[in-house]
Amino acid sequence: MALVNVTINGVQVQAENGALLIEVAKQNGIEIPAFCYYEGMSLQAACRMCLVEVEKAPKLMAGCTLPVAEGMVVRTESEPVVKARKTTLEFLLSNHPLDCPVCDKGGECELQDMTFKYGVGESRFTEIKQHVPEKQWSPVVFYDAPRCILCYRCVRVCNEGMGVGALGVSYRGVNAEIIPSNGDHLECDECGSCIDICPVGSLTSGIYRYKTRPWEMEHVGTVCTHCSNGCKTTLGVRNNEIVRGNNRDKSGINGEFLCVKGRYAFDFTQHPERLQTPLIRNAAGELEEASWSRALKLVAEKFKALAGPDFGVIGSTRTTNEENYLLQKFARTALGTASIDHHRTGDVVTLIDSLSGKTGQLATAEDLYTSKAVLVVASDLSQQQPLLANKIRANVRHHKAAVYTVTPGPVREDKIARKAIRIAEADSLAGVEQLREALSKEAELVIIYGDAIQGEKVRQLVAFGESLGIPVKYVALVDYANSRGALDMGLLPDLGPGYHATAPGRSLQQMLDDPKLAALWVVGSNPLKGGKSLASTNAFVVVQDLFLTETAQRADVVLPAASAYEKNGTVTNVCGQVQRLKKGIETVGSKADLAIIGLLARGMGVNLGKVDADAIFAEIAASVPGYNQLPMPVILTGGAVQTHPVNGGVPPSSVPGIIASARDTLFTTGSLTRYSKILNEVLEKPGALYS
Amino acid sequence: MKLFNEPSPLETKIISFRFGLENSASIDTYLAHDGYKALRKALEISPDDIINELKASNLRGRGGAGFPTGMKWSFVPRASEKPKYIVVNADESEPGTCKDRLLIQHDPHQLIEGCLIGALAVGAKKGWIYIRGEYNYLIHIMDKAIAEAYKNGYLGKNICGTDFEFDLYTHTGAGAYECGEESALLESLEGKRGVPRIRPPFPAISGAFQSPTLLNNVETFSSVPAILRMGGQAYADLGVPRSGGTRLVCMSGHVNKPGVYEVPLGFPLMKFVNEIGGGVWKGRALKAIIPGGSSSPLLKAEECDIPMDYDSIAKAGSMLGSGGLMVMDETTDMVKVALRIMRFYQHESCGWCIPCREGTTWLKKMLQRVSDGHGQTRDIDLIGDLAQNMMGRTFCPLGDAAAMPTIAIVKKYRNEFEEYVARNPFASPELVSIA
Ligand SMILES: Cc1cc2nc3c(=O)[nH]c(=O)nc-3n(C[C@H](O)[C@H](O)[C@H](O)COP(=O)(O)O)c2cc1C
Ligand code: SF4
Ligand code: SF4
Ligand code: SF4
Ligand code: SF4
Ligand code: FES
Repeated sequence: MALVNVTINGVQVQAENGALLIEVAKQNGIEIPAFCYYEGMSLQAACRMCLVEVEKAPKLMAGCTLPVAEGMVVRTESEPVVKARKTTLEFLLSNHPLDCPVCDKGGECELQDMTFKYGVGESRFTEIKQHVPEKQWSPVVFYDAPRCILCYRCVRVCNEGMGVGALGVSYRGVNAEIIPSNGDHLECDECGSCIDICPVGSLTSGIYRYKTRPWEMEHVGTVCTHCSNGCKTTLGVRNNEIVRGNNRDKSGINGEFLCVKGRYAFDFTQHPERLQTPLIRNAAGELEEASWSRALKLVAEKFKALAGPDFGVIGSTRTTNEENYLLQKFARTALGTASIDHHRTGDVVTLIDSLSGKTGQLATAEDLYTSKAVLVVASDLSQQQPLLANKIRANVRHHKAAVYTVTPGPVREDKIARKAIRIAEADSLAGVEQLREALSKEAELVIIYGDAIQGEKVRQLVAFGESLGIPVKYVALVDYANSRGALDMGLLPDLGPGYHATAPGRSLQQMLDDPKLAALWVVGSNPLKGGKSLASTNAFVVVQDLFLTETAQRADVVLPAASAYEKNGTVTNVCGQVQRLKKGIETVGSKADLAIIGLLARGMGVNLGKVDADAIFAEIAASVPGYNQLPMPVILTGGAVQTHPVNGGVPPSSVPGIIASARDTLFTTGSLTRYSKILNEVLEKPGALYS
Repeated sequence: MKLFNEPSPLETKIISFRFGLENSASIDTYLAHDGYKALRKALEISPDDIINELKASNLRGRGGAGFPTGMKWSFVPRASEKPKYIVVNADESEPGTCKDRLLIQHDPHQLIEGCLIGALAVGAKKGWIYIRGEYNYLIHIMDKAIAEAYKNGYLGKNICGTDFEFDLYTHTGAGAYECGEESALLESLEGKRGVPRIRPPFPAISGAFQSPTLLNNVETFSSVPAILRMGGQAYADLGVPRSGGTRLVCMSGHVNKPGVYEVPLGFPLMKFVNEIGGGVWKGRALKAIIPGGSSSPLLKAEECDIPMDYDSIAKAGSMLGSGGLMVMDETTDMVKVALRIMRFYQHESCGWCIPCREGTTWLKKMLQRVSDGHGQTRDIDLIGDLAQNMMGRTFCPLGDAAAMPTIAIVKKYRNEFEEYVARNPFASPELVSIA
């Protein structure tokens, strides 16, 4: 686009013709104050805070909607501008309750900041202010109309950002206020984006309200522990309690996006049923509290005695890469078993094999925002992969991306899709084939697929993509925070770290079904969920978990484990992007899985080297293909880096295993979310995919 | 149909000459009095010729802003991938204005013919007449006329035996002044909340349903058939340079013969009040005139010796606006006038932007207090200052429309505010130290 010369406050700058003045000023280090302007969302021109003087214009102009043009001369700090800002703030505060001392937002409120910087500091009004009582719209969303400055950010983030459209404006004039589209309550994603984006304390969060002043919190940047998307979140921690999750600093792959789980479902850490002491099954057959030393000693002795090929190990989709790596290493060496697996939720392995010899064909989350076209196969993305869905919506909004869906039932993406094909999951590939002509006309494509596409179907899908004659990237969807890391780290019965062939052992299902199994060590997983039982009634079972799950109830020893919010390490998201976890709070009674593995090894007299997250990550980086050459500074400073998995093909599997997504909805992600009080509150109905 | 007021011999009846004819709203009466002749003429000439006639006529928009109509029509792009639309603004809500209602009541076919010519000029096939909710009875009249036009081949396909086709519908508003603002009207027409849009783009480029749209006032469209019949130049010659033709002026207030009268642009204001309106009532003296609806700053009696055309009234510091002329006699209480006007705007502010939403409220509250006898000395300046702080800073012109009359009244009748304040024993409280 052509460049034009614009003069701002006497300084001549160059800018793209037609760019918005407010952005041009920002690029040149000049602030034009704004409330309703919000980068990436539709323009409003409502708050009038951004008025500036433009030469030859008869009146002050709104900088947020003014496209720059050649020769434009702008003043942002002239006397009329300064006065206009003061008066706008005066108007804004005229009906504002100014209850800063009891307002959640106090201390990080844009209205406070603007008043501090641009305001007059005194009020000229004496009449009574407009007042309406506060309303509660859902367990997590409260609205205080008097504090609302009607910037419409909440309305837009819900409509444009979330694709939900649960908020609107009601009444007019000074009575205008934000209102849920269905009257008095929200039936929405409960994502809290509206609360997050509100510049003032008008929208407040049901779980953060009145808990703290912002400056009394510590802010810990880590990664959400629920789904596989890997949203960066900043935990607000006060007195060793997480009181808030957000990503206001827009660091990480998710910008400021968080879904309901990332925003609120950290409260499982405080759940009363959280295990705080080890449990050992006593002579009466009951689980009984025991000290760590007794429990560790017992387990170490038993492990030593039972080590061998009949020992089974089931790893986790939420524990860190370091923990997963160490677990499989310990199992394959010290325990002498090849029977190691985890709950697999998507066929990444076949995808990697199908793409062997090719590079750069695994999409990142960012690719979903930039690619000119996206094809979604057999996934209810907005429910199962909220961040990826959000990226696609933003892509459509900002770049008019072409979206195609092939799903068994209605999905939110249908609304923005060029073509939506409704077809049974089993026939997905036939649905995809119907799109061949349209897709081959696109400049590029990202194909994302759910667990219905596995094995041979993955190969067919890749063959389809490669036959389109355009650049195509892929994402194999998986469920949980470190599902991808569990695969990469070799929690598989026949593949070690980096998808390298190892001696075959039992798959998860085979372990459960084998009456000869001597021991089963379950780390952060619940394979007996839903009434399943263990065929081997004599197996010695050790479970590491946060809660007394169905599997833990069958255990001989239960070791209380730390959650992702309580430890350091790295996780790998659905797109293979590695990010760093940072410990937010200290645990009470429980220990990180990494520490537990280390202590058991010590108890068995096995030397695992230095058992510390950084040291083990260094070992991963040195030995696991794909994890070498990762730019560490990026990861250490909270960035995300995509791995480059094997390029030489994955050996065919000899062990039949099961790949099945848990088909969680937006409000659930495995066992953890069952222990989130807030998720249970917002979840009125169980909800269903494709509905 | 009974006429609203007795016509005056001093009128120049160009668009109101059918008012008062028997069954004036029926197509038969219309056809018997030059009806649809202009359309037949328009069908024979090119769109450019139609627009040139309009340009020559010096017709300026009658909705309030007075934008040259021919120019507006020429902004609608010739080639467009999207369909083009006609929208008639019949939201007539400006206090003091009641002319569009008569045009629809007495001569709906004239409006339909104007729309048809507009459709020919810009290449539109569909149009809506957006009628304010309170004008419910007019919707029935309009719907009946539209049905007649369909029946007689003036709407629908093959109009007048040509391949020209045009569909016209009525659409009702829900009673918001703001929905008369063209972009808010379009939002409302699309079924959304009636708040204005960011402009540019203007409706001619992106209007109804993001398509090029020709949007004009009822009177503007109703003037078009006469222009084509008599020729643009002849129409222009009725008025003064830059303000062509005639317009309906709605006279209300303290006059002997209130009513809607058609006069050429440039007609002397005082002559209009005194000779057509029969002078100020009850033998009282004139105090002030609001010349163009409540948004236009009022003129003191001594400022009223001017012709009624856009430029002359602008020079006197006001606007011809929507033609709502309000006469005030010497007994008029200007504080109450300011309050009454602000009450209207406060009630009608859509609330979208801060200065108007908050400004109108606080101005109303303060004017109310002054008028209740509790005003303080500093309130007078504060009222003027707040109005000034709204002026030119709001998202749409409603904020200006509220500020302008207030600024003018405070400036021109400051003494009356001071008298109110003087009657308040607590008008200038001394600061009391709390220590
Ligand atoms: C607050 C506000 C209210 C308005 N109300 C009306 C109205 O009721 N009728 C009308 O024709 N124009 C009204 N207008 C003017 C319209 O925005 C627009 O300029 C006009 O309809 C264009 O038609 P014209 O060019 O024929 O005048 C209003 C403008 C504003 C700012
Ligand atoms: S919580 Fe999310 S989905 Fe619900 S109203 Fe707010 S932004 Fe919309
Ligand atoms: S609730 Fe907050 S975000 Fe929404 S309009 Fe009001 S101030 Fe803006
Ligand atoms: S999308 Fe996934 S990673 Fe992001 S906040 Fe939600 S559950 Fe957490
Ligand atoms: S000036 Fe602002 S608040 Fe007033 S009517 Fe226009 S847009 Fe609405
Ligand atoms: S930021 Fe420009 S009007 Fe709000």
